[in-house]
Amino acid sequence: MDIIVSGLLLAGTYALVAMGLNLQYGVARIMNLANGEVLVLGALAAFWLYLNAQISPLLTIFMVGPIAFVGNWLIYRFLLTPLVRRSKNQGQLEVDSILATFGMSFFLVGIMISIEGGFFAYTYLSEPISILGSTSSLNRLVAFLMAVLIGGSLYLWLNHTRPGVAVRAVAVSTEASGLVGIDVPRISALAFALGGAVTAVGGSLISTFITLDASVGVVFTMKALIIVIMGGVGEIRGAIVAAIILGVVETAVATLIDPGLTLAAAYLIFILILLFRPEGLFGRRAT
Amino acid sequence: MKRRTTLKMVAAATLAGTMSMATAAFAAETIKIGAVAPKTGPLAGGATVTQWPNVELWANQVNEAGGLNVGGTKMMVEIIEYDDKTNPGEHIKAANRLINQDKANFIVAPYGTGFNIAAAPIYGKAGYPMVAVSAITDKMDTLTAKFPNLFFTLGTTTSFVEGVKEILVEQRDAGKIGNRVAMVNVADAFGIELSNVAREMFVEAGFELVYDKSYPLGTPDLSPVMKGAKAANPDAFVAWSYPPDTFGLAKQAIIEDLDVSVYYSAVATSFPAYFGANGSKIDNVLGAGGTNVDDPKIAAYRKAHEEVTGKTADYWASANTYAALEVLGQAIEGAGTLDRDAVTDYIKNNSFDTVMGELNFEDNVSYKFWTVGQWQDGVFRGVKGVNVDGAVPVRLKNGWK
Repeated sequence: MDIIVSGLLLAGTYALVAMGLNLQYGVARIMNLANGEVLVLGALAAFWLYLNAQISPLLTIFMVGPIAFVGNWLIYRFLLTPLVRRSKNQGQLEVDSILATFGMSFFLVGIMISIEGGFFAYTYLSEPISILGSTSSLNRLVAFLMAVLIGGSLYLWLNHTRPGVAVRAVAVSTEASGLVGIDVPRISALAFALGGAVTAVGGSLISTFITLDASVGVVFTMKALIIVIMGGVGEIRGAIVAAIILGVVETAVATLIDPGLTLAAAYLIFILILLFRPEGLFGRRAT
Repeated sequence: MKRRTTLKMVAAATLAGTMSMATAAFAAETIKIGAVAPKTGPLAGGATVTQWPNVELWANQVNEAGGLNVGGTKMMVEIIEYDDKTNPGEHIKAANRLINQDKANFIVAPYGTGFNIAAAPIYGKAGYPMVAVSAITDKMDTLTAKFPNLFFTLGTTTSFVEGVKEILVEQRDAGKIGNRVAMVNVADAFGIELSNVAREMFVEAGFELVYDKSYPLGTPDLSPVMKGAKAANPDAFVAWSYPPDTFGLAKQAIIEDLDVSVYYSAVATSFPAYFGANGSKIDNVLGAGGTNVDDPKIAAYRKAHEEVTGKTADYWASANTYAALEVLGQAIEGAGTLDRDAVTDYIKNNSFDTVMGELNFEDNVSYKFWTVGQWQDGVFRGVKGVNVDGAVPVRLKNGWK
């Protein structure tokens, strides 16, 4: 029971980290290597506001979300749209976007270092609570619930609203979407901005129980990438299921076998998925 | 015709400019001191607390006093900083740049054991004295034999672990704890080396390691580790940990209400942020390092640190880092020259008046350092050390409220 509860809570954390990249990569086709830095920016905002103004991170996310949305929209509009326009195929766009966002990540790290070079060490809602007999901390539960809320809302929005369907259409094929009258550049920008907002909000939430610092973004980008590829690019359901699998397996391995093998277990699953279902759990085979 | 006049005027102006620059340079000759350490990357958080503020503070204090007296001439110090991105390759590149391009006169020793060892051959070949602080290893004999310009000041791996073992033995002999110890370590060179030494030492001292696991650096969820340790019913908990997990383990211990009378975690326990994030809940937690805040020199140093850099010094290697720079400064003044061999020689054979007290080197090693400290009422005080004064008695951990 400990394993399931802790595993699910960890899955919530992973989902928060990965959902944003799923939108950015799956829909806007941007392999955003600065995704982790956006997450850390959200964490920095929560830390800074909590330390200096005693503002609860749960309120900070209402500021961080919209600001990250606008910021990411601007990045897409001015940094990435030229790349989109001039790339002749998706492969080239991926390479271009990798290089551009890689550079952007250094820029963002530099800015964060100048604000706070040390650890974002603070504690918020670190009260022990008992879930089904297993002890855990309140802040992890809150992050999990927010992950469920965000994930659920995204899923409903993507599947039951018009703009959502447009986003899913662009995820399937940009050419075909253009042909049926969807404004692809606008939808891509929307998806990129939304992805950035989700990631930043996720960062604010996880900073309440994970001590981050300005340089740790790259680790989260990698984790997000694994989850997105495992779940199938562009599929929110996939990202959530992959996060659950990863969270539960890692916790199980740490508890039953050895905490030192968590990384090995995670990458083993990744390799197996790549070998036997390379398009991801819920992904589409590339046509 | 006009072009020639313009050309002549430009040439005259440049000549005048160079001459004035030359005179200016002559008047303001500085001692160039290179400093390469992480500003980004995994070790940046630690370097930001321990290394960089002390470089800033020392340069500030020296220049406020008019500079260093080099054989009669007062010279200011100029710090040349490079970010090694916590990457040994980048560090070597920056080190070479300091030596060959910037022509630094001296250098501040790197941050991190691995980096000190990696940079030692480069600086050794060029003859730069390296007064290393954050370099803890058991291989000091071999290293100083190979690199006679390398000095150590923070202690060996064995003495690092010895401090913890002594506390465990003392508490067991006093009947306060049993002999069940839960030990975890971060799966990084530092954690692995320490846990290997500790395993041997603790078992030899008659302790039973009821939980003995490692976890990868950067593990986001340490609750399985803490739950596992708790389930083994230990009397004491020892973690050979690095900054992110030191913080994480503390949070988990509070959540799980780990019932131990002795709790130790390694790096970053002595950071002001550790208390800042957890408050009185981590009272009586033991950690790597220590300092004597009541010592007037240390108190003055901490005050200056706060005033000049705006940051609070940590309660361990900060003072040692500053002391190492004082050694360098006093050696330059003592040798009366910028000749690196002379300065290295001076360091080997003289004693120095620093914030840590009087320091001197025996075969390039200084045996004056704290090994274990404890948070007592919001101050991290040294409880175990080698040749240091002001150790306070160890208190037992009593809950996490």
